[in-house]
Amino acid sequence: MTDGLVVVRPGPLSTVQDLGRHGVAHLGVPRAGALDGPALRAANRLVGNEPGTAAVEATLGGIALRALRPLVVAVTGAPSPVRVDGRPAAWGAPVAVPSGAVLDVGAATAGVRSYLAVAGGLAVPPVLGSRSADLLSGLGPAPLAAGDRLPVGPRPPYGPVPELVPLPAPPAQLVLRLRPGPRADWFAPDAAARLARASYRVAPASNRIALRTEGPPLARARQDELPSEGMVLGAVQVPPDGLPVVFLADHPTTGGYPVIGVVPPADLAAAAQARPGTPVRFLVLPSRPVAG
Amino acid sequence: MTGPEAAGVGPVAVRPGDVRPVGEHALLVELAGTTEVTALHGWLLARREAGELPPIGEIVPAARTVLLDGVPDTGALARVLRTARPDPAAAASGPLVEVPTVYDGADLPEVARLWGVSPEAAVRIHTEPEYVVAFCGFAPGFGYLTGLPERYGVPRRATPRGSVPAGSVALAGPYTGVYPHPSPGGWQLLGRTGLPLWDAARTPPALLAPGTRVRFTPLRGGTA
Repeated sequence: MTDGLVVVRPGPLSTVQDLGRHGVAHLGVPRAGALDGPALRAANRLVGNEPGTAAVEATLGGIALRALRPLVVAVTGAPSPVRVDGRPAAWGAPVAVPSGAVLDVGAATAGVRSYLAVAGGLAVPPVLGSRSADLLSGLGPAPLAAGDRLPVGPRPPYGPVPELVPLPAPPAQLVLRLRPGPRADWFAPDAAARLARASYRVAPASNRIALRTEGPPLARARQDELPSEGMVLGAVQVPPDGLPVVFLADHPTTGGYPVIGVVPPADLAAAAQARPGTPVRFLVLPSRPVAG
Repeated sequence: MTGPEAAGVGPVAVRPGDVRPVGEHALLVELAGTTEVTALHGWLLARREAGELPPIGEIVPAARTVLLDGVPDTGALARVLRTARPDPAAAASGPLVEVPTVYDGADLPEVARLWGVSPEAAVRIHTEPEYVVAFCGFAPGFGYLTGLPERYGVPRRATPRGSVPAGSVALAGPYTGVYPHPSPGGWQLLGRTGLPLWDAARTPPALLAPGTRVRFTPLRGGTA
């Protein structure tokens, strides 16, 4: 495994991400992994990698890296200008980067998170089965810094896939389905209806741990303290300020605020691309009884 | 919890109302307390080991709940849960880990005062029980250990410390914990151990994984 890339400009926050850690939540280990899973998988498919291969997740400001040998890369997720040694190159398609050339992913023109996959994958050492940076607990590689050298694995057996992958545009309005429970009964009886009617906005404090919202606070029916319990991806926790918080990949494994409902993971890719200020609507689904 | 507290408790039954759906692929089982959680957690691990459970991605015990996440068929799992009869008295069957501890923590005098005993007696009280890791949370490998009799519960510090060293043995509420990494923390510090609590290259990476039994042994001064 040889170094394939060196970071020239890390951008505001660039991390290595794959599909995250699984089966270790009981040890207090968050799942981590790419926030926009479909964009990660698309970038990998474009360069011929397995879809869950480790890639760079850049945030808002892009990233620039120098190739230390000839590489094939693809950028997906938040649309952003791609340049190779200053010359415009394709977004959402495989791009050949000659040895010594600088690949520059510019600031996103929409959305938040861009994915940069490299044929062969980023071969940083895995921790607990994943190469993902976990910004809550600090597991995995640290956020990228200028001068960091990234190993790249051997070229995959299949070549790049040239066709453009259709990807949804970053949302002008974020619509999140919400399945009530497990603690919907901790809120005022009309809380779900109020949540469905209300307009929220993505709060600037949103990050890889959670999408935070601004809007009308939800009233609790119970004021006592909930003993900490296991949390799932997409859980909508409501802290004492009453503003819903949607858990994303780096969420803590347990939490002590009641969860009014759960957003299906399929809706979280759009959440990963919603900029602060984006309107948010919760589409409240019927409660699901435990079958069987 | 083991010992007299667990004696006389019958098998735990999971009633249908105790199982709450969490999104599309998870269930949350509510139980009376940590003893029952440890019992159900042990029962689930044994059944999974025996291949008797439908697929489950994560089994996450907590204070009064067990979360079952990454479950493709929650209905099938709910049916299995209805047959669960874990026995709290036989719950703590995990490996036994001895934690050599230097009891020189900054909060030992305060804990002793809260208990109305001398610091020496407080150390004896803390080293007396066999503990069990009920669940993990807060940070990778941070176990919440039960076993200390309920009357010795202590509040968290009014002002958390900005940094608590790794290996710190501490108390909060009914739980004992050992900080696996340096981190901010509000638990009352009793002492310290030199044992490596977390090693990502080890299986499991957490020394104090749920179900592990623990004994604290006092060391005199020096390095633990």
